[in-house]
Amino acid sequence: MERKNARKAREIVTPGEVLADADECRPGDNAYELDGKIRAGIMGIKTYVQNAVSVIPLHGCYMPVTGDTVIGIIYDLGPSNWMVDINAPYPAPLHVSEVPWKVEFGDTSRFLSVGDVVLLKILMVDESRKIQVTMKDSGLRKIEGGQLVTIAHSKISRVIGKSGSMIQMLKNMTDCRVFVGQNGRIWVDGDEENVAVAVEAIKMIEAEAQLPNLSDRVENFIESRLPQSGEDEEDTDIPADREESQ
Amino acid sequence: MSDYIMSQIKRDHLLNLLADGRRADSRRLDEPRKITFETGVIESADGSCHLRLGDTEGMAGIKIIPGTPYMDAPADGVITTGAELIPMAHPTFESGPPDENAIELARVVDRGIRESGMIDVKKLCIKEGEQIWMVYIDIYALNWDGNLFDAANYAAVCALKTAMVPNKQYGFGDDMPLPITCLPISVTEAKIGNDLIVDPNFDEEAISSARMTVTTDDNGNFRAMQKGGKGSITRGDLSLCLDRAVEIGKQIRTIIG
Amino acid sequence: MSGHTDMTLVNDEGIRIDGRRCDEKRPIKIEAGVLKNADGSCYLEIGKNKVLCAVYGPRECRPRHLQDPTKAIIQCKYNMETYSVSDRKRPGTDRRSVEISKLISEALSNVVQVELFPRASIDVYIEILQANAGTRCAGLTAASVALADAGIPMRDLIPAIACGKADNHVVLDLNKEEDNFGQADVPLAIVPSTDEIVLLQMDGNMTREELDHGLDMAFGAAHEVYDMQKAALKKRYSEIEKKEGATDE
Repeated sequence: MERKNARKAREIVTPGEVLADADECRPGDNAYELDGKIRAGIMGIKTYVQNAVSVIPLHGCYMPVTGDTVIGIIYDLGPSNWMVDINAPYPAPLHVSEVPWKVEFGDTSRFLSVGDVVLLKILMVDESRKIQVTMKDSGLRKIEGGQLVTIAHSKISRVIGKSGSMIQMLKNMTDCRVFVGQNGRIWVDGDEENVAVAVEAIKMIEAEAQLPNLSDRVENFIESRLPQSGEDEEDTDIPADREESQ
Repeated sequence: MSDYIMSQIKRDHLLNLLADGRRADSRRLDEPRKITFETGVIESADGSCHLRLGDTEGMAGIKIIPGTPYMDAPADGVITTGAELIPMAHPTFESGPPDENAIELARVVDRGIRESGMIDVKKLCIKEGEQIWMVYIDIYALNWDGNLFDAANYAAVCALKTAMVPNKQYGFGDDMPLPITCLPISVTEAKIGNDLIVDPNFDEEAISSARMTVTTDDNGNFRAMQKGGKGSITRGDLSLCLDRAVEIGKQIRTIIG
Repeated sequence: MSGHTDMTLVNDEGIRIDGRRCDEKRPIKIEAGVLKNADGSCYLEIGKNKVLCAVYGPRECRPRHLQDPTKAIIQCKYNMETYSVSDRKRPGTDRRSVEISKLISEALSNVVQVELFPRASIDVYIEILQANAGTRCAGLTAASVALADAGIPMRDLIPAIACGKADNHVVLDLNKEEDNFGQADVPLAIVPSTDEIVLLQMDGNMTREELDHGLDMAFGAAHEVYDMQKAALKKRYSEIEKKEGATDE
């Protein structure tokens, strides 16, 4: 009963604030116990999951996790690797053995150069947060054209929606190709006007992530901007395949 | 880390828009961003202005203190302009003494104010050959989203316009407004491909090859110019910049005048 | 802190030159999330002090040799703007600002969960726009709000306030005149959940009794400042929701 109320109110808590008595429940994510009280360890929204009380951060930087799919930007080249910015506090080196091409020593710039955008997977993160990334998995590649949007990574789950419902709606209604990186970067490609609407819709999801009925609101927004969407299927001037396969 | 490395995707997107005569924030090519400002925000300063040009944000503060004149101008007040690109304003700004960018910024703002005769330095004499007023203009970038040149110029002009000479504090009688003769207004454009766009934001500056700043006075005469960046501009580009500096300078004077 | 002046700092009724009682702090205004580029930010006024703070990070630590393989480092830069004081301050770092930066960074390191971000740097920039005694406390108070605003994991906020002595009265939150001509100045910063002290300095002359009395007042006032910090952070998000609620209609 009490839990339901707490969730409805969506109480915002600040670091150090008392969330609950320690004998009522246990500390979950971003919460800690001190002298019989459970306190917030970050600014965010107080939530109960089973008998743990946690804080969901409102924002903060992306911390890479093994297995995450991310969108990176090449910012430096070495003879046997590329340095990739993945919007995290740490650089991500991409070694030539982790790309789908055979790259000779010192020949990296022929394949990827500074400013190029790549879809990657986090291969490993060690305890001192040294990162390895790979491009050797299905779907991973260099991406071109379209638009790249960056939003707070904590809002990525809202863009995807419950079992992918939001992103599916976005794709269907705008006829765009959309790739969502766990690191807060989203790539959208398709008809120029539709891409612009999709980008606005993504920014709307980011700004209104905390509000109820988000998917209805997004649906209404896209409908108001693209009234013909969903009906006219022959409008398929999406670039079919722009991948660079070497 | 790579805050200043723009993705190829974004670069292409901006260039594609420009090819159609459009900008990402849907401004016209000759349209400056919205200016909002507040003067008199710092009581410890003799004049001050907090100004926003779009998302570019800066603070200018004026300190007026008695000092000794230069030998070759024994009855003239002295103007000194400084600018700091503090790391608060952008992830790529680093702390430390002003770098070449900060120094260029300060000198371009200084030139507009000095060469336009905005401040009548003859009226800043306390005792000829012995004591004059020194006017220090200090500009801090608080949030950088491109075109610090114009933001700094407008902030400095607004701060000077509202500054008071602190006569009372030094026992020289009543405080008086700084003797202002005109408002020097700069208009900065960036060259991207063959286009010239007014008041470039951060992304636009990042893909531009050259920058042109033109400062005019109240009569639309040219008082200072600075071409920056590694690229070049043509005679035709310059002509467009001069025309726009007069036209847009007029609009901006109505906002901050 | 000369201790000598002809000026009356506290009158016979126990009222100070700015009209405050001895146990009264100056009016405080705190606003979170004021700068666009920064990951977190805060604007704070206390009396005539005006302070702006920006936080960037956690991000890659530069210069590299400062990296700690086990935790993030907090790099703090306290800077007074040239027009923030009555005489123009020469631009650039001086010994005073280096010391203040170090103390603020150490205090913040105590509450931030730095071990979550090995090798990274959390950069805190404090700009004093207008100074009127108590800028290090104002800067630290603002910095902890900016860190929370940046979504950085931390066990608590840090409120800071000074106590001291002027005209033989123990006073709270010294103003410029009391700082210049009073007898003692004691800046204090605490972790409210535990009442631990994370910044404490003193210069001047106080008896044990006076110091205890001053610290009692400062601890109480720090908890009030803490409530204002929390309110400022919450206000930022309630405003976002209000605004969004409005666009919905």
